[in-house]
Amino acid sequence: MSMHHDIRKIREDFPFFTANPHLVYLDSSATSQRYKGAVEAASDFYLYHNASPLRGLYDMSIQATESFEAARQKTADFIHAGHACEIIFTRNASESFNLLASSLCSLVLKEGDEIIVGITEHHSNMLPWRDAAARFGATVTYWECDSEGYYSPESLQALLKPNTRIVTVTQMSNVFGLENDIKTFARLAHENGSLFVADGAQSVPHMPVDVQDLDVDFLCFSGHKMLAPFGIGVLYGKKKLLDKMPPYMSGGEMIDIVTRDRVKYSQLPHKFEAGTVNAGGAIALGAAIDYYNSLGFDYIQSRESELTAYMCEQILNLPHFSVMGSQDPREHHGIVTFKIEGVHPHDISAILSQENICIRAGHHCAHPLHQHMGVMSSTRASLMFYNTKEEIDRLISALSGIRRAMGYEE
Amino acid sequence: MNNTFYSEILTEHNLHPFHKHDIKDPNMVLEGVNPSCGDDIILQLHVDEAGIITDGGYVGDGCAISQASADMMLDLVIGRSKEEALHLSDIFMRMIKDPDSLSEDEMDELEESSSLQNIAHMPSRVKCAVLGWHTMEEMFKGEDEEE
Ligand SMILES: Cc1ncc(COP(=O)(O)O)c(C=O)c1O
Repeated sequence: MSMHHDIRKIREDFPFFTANPHLVYLDSSATSQRYKGAVEAASDFYLYHNASPLRGLYDMSIQATESFEAARQKTADFIHAGHACEIIFTRNASESFNLLASSLCSLVLKEGDEIIVGITEHHSNMLPWRDAAARFGATVTYWECDSEGYYSPESLQALLKPNTRIVTVTQMSNVFGLENDIKTFARLAHENGSLFVADGAQSVPHMPVDVQDLDVDFLCFSGHKMLAPFGIGVLYGKKKLLDKMPPYMSGGEMIDIVTRDRVKYSQLPHKFEAGTVNAGGAIALGAAIDYYNSLGFDYIQSRESELTAYMCEQILNLPHFSVMGSQDPREHHGIVTFKIEGVHPHDISAILSQENICIRAGHHCAHPLHQHMGVMSSTRASLMFYNTKEEIDRLISALSGIRRAMGYEE
Repeated sequence: MNNTFYSEILTEHNLHPFHKHDIKDPNMVLEGVNPSCGDDIILQLHVDEAGIITDGGYVGDGCAISQASADMMLDLVIGRSKEEALHLSDIFMRMIKDPDSLSEDEMDELEESSSLQNIAHMPSRVKCAVLGWHTMEEMFKGEDEEE
C-alpha cells in the first residue's frame, strides 16, 4: 500500500472539515469525524436497499442480510478474527462490556472469585465488572500503573491468584495514549487459568490489531471512534467461549425454536443480537474499514505518530505545563493529556473554544485514574491522521496565551 | 486573545480571592457541586440573631468562573440580611438566565458580579457562575425547612 496520500484529498473525505474551515478539531478520542463514504453507505442502504435483514425470504431482505454479514466479515478481517461469528454487533464499546460482564460472569464467576481491573480503565470497562462482582459475591481488585501510566508484567503477576477469573485492561489508555503490552498480559492471565478482556476502543482506530496473535479472549470497541456513525459497536470473543455463554438479551432473531415453554437459542453470532439489527450502522462500519484498508496502517501510524510527537513536544516545552503519562513524546498515540499550573481545565477549554479549537476537559470518564494520579481533572488534545501540523500550531499558539489571559504575569 | 468573559475583574477574584478561606465560627455550612465540571465549593456563613450575614468564606476547587463568582458574591452579601442576599441572588440568576428582564438599577446592585453578565451567552458555563449563589439559596431554604 502506498505511503503517499494527499492530506488535502483525505480531508475532503470528511465534509466536517469543509463545512467548518475555521475549526480545529482535536477531540477524536471522544469521537472521530465521520468518513463521508461510511455515512453514504448507510444512507444508500436505507434509501435504496432497505429491508429487514435475517428475516424475509424475498430478494431484498436476502440482499440486506448479505450486506450486513459482509460488514461482519470485514470487521473480523480487520482485527484478524478467525471466524466472522466471533464478531457481535452492539451499540458501542460500553454495551459490549455490559454484555460481556453480564453473560461471561454468569458462566464463570463464583462467590469468592476475583476480577482484576486496570486503574486506567474507562468507567465503561470498570463499572460493569463491579456490578457483576457484586451480583455474584466476587471482588474487583485494581491493578495500578506507575506514575507514567505504565503497567509492568511483574505487577500483574503479583496480583494473580488461583481465584482470579478475569483480567481486564485497555490496549490504549484514553488519558495517557500509552499502548499496553496486552499480549504479555493475556499470556500471564492464561498461565494462571484466567480469561483476558481487552478494551480496544482507543487502539483499534489507530493501530493494526490481531486478536489471534495477541490471544485475547475478548475485545470491545466502538464504530464512532473509527470514522463510522454513532450506534454501532463490536464485541469480539473467542468462539469456544461465546458458544458457552448465555444470551444477554432475548427476543426476536436470536432463537431457533420457541414453544410455549421451551426455547432453543440460535447459533453465534445471532444468539447475542436480539431484535432487528442496526444494519445501516454495520454497513457504515464496513465502509469505514474499507477506507482504513485503502489508506493502510503504515500511512496512518506514521502520520499520527509524527503529529502526536510534534504536539507533545510543543506542549512539554510550554512553561507551567505538564503532560500526564509518559514524558517521551513517542509514547503518546494520538493523545496528549496535560495540566496548566493554576488554570482549571474548564477554563482552558472555554478559552480554546473561543479560538475555535475543540479539546476535552474533565476526567475523561476515568475518575479512579485521576484519583490515583492525585489530580481532579485534566485537559486532553487528541488527533487522528486527518489533522494537520498547522492545526497543532494553532493549538500551541492559543495555549501559550492562556496563563496571561487568566491574569498571570507569565 | 479576545476574551469576552475572562475579564480582569474575574481573573483578579480567581487569582487573589478575598474570601477563599475557612471562617472562624460559621453557623451555616453547605457544599455545592457541579458534577459535570467537577466544581466544588464549601460555603460558610455566619448569620447573627438579627439575620445579618456577619462573615462568610468558601473553600474548594473549580474553574475560575465558579470560584470568582463565589468570591464576588461574598463581597456583596457580607453585612447584609438574608432577605437582601436572596434578593440579590434573584437578580443574579435573572441576569444569567434572562438578562433582558434586568433594569439598570438592578444591574448596579450587583456591583462587580454584574461583570459576569456575558456568561448568559455561554450555556456550558452557566452552572459554574451560579454555583455559589445556588449554594447560598439552598442553605437558606434548608434552614426554612428545618424551622
Ligand atoms: C478507552 C475507552 N473505553 C471505552 C470507551 C467507551 O466507548 P463508548 O462510549 O463508545 O461506549 C471509551 C470512549 O469514551 C474509551 O476511550
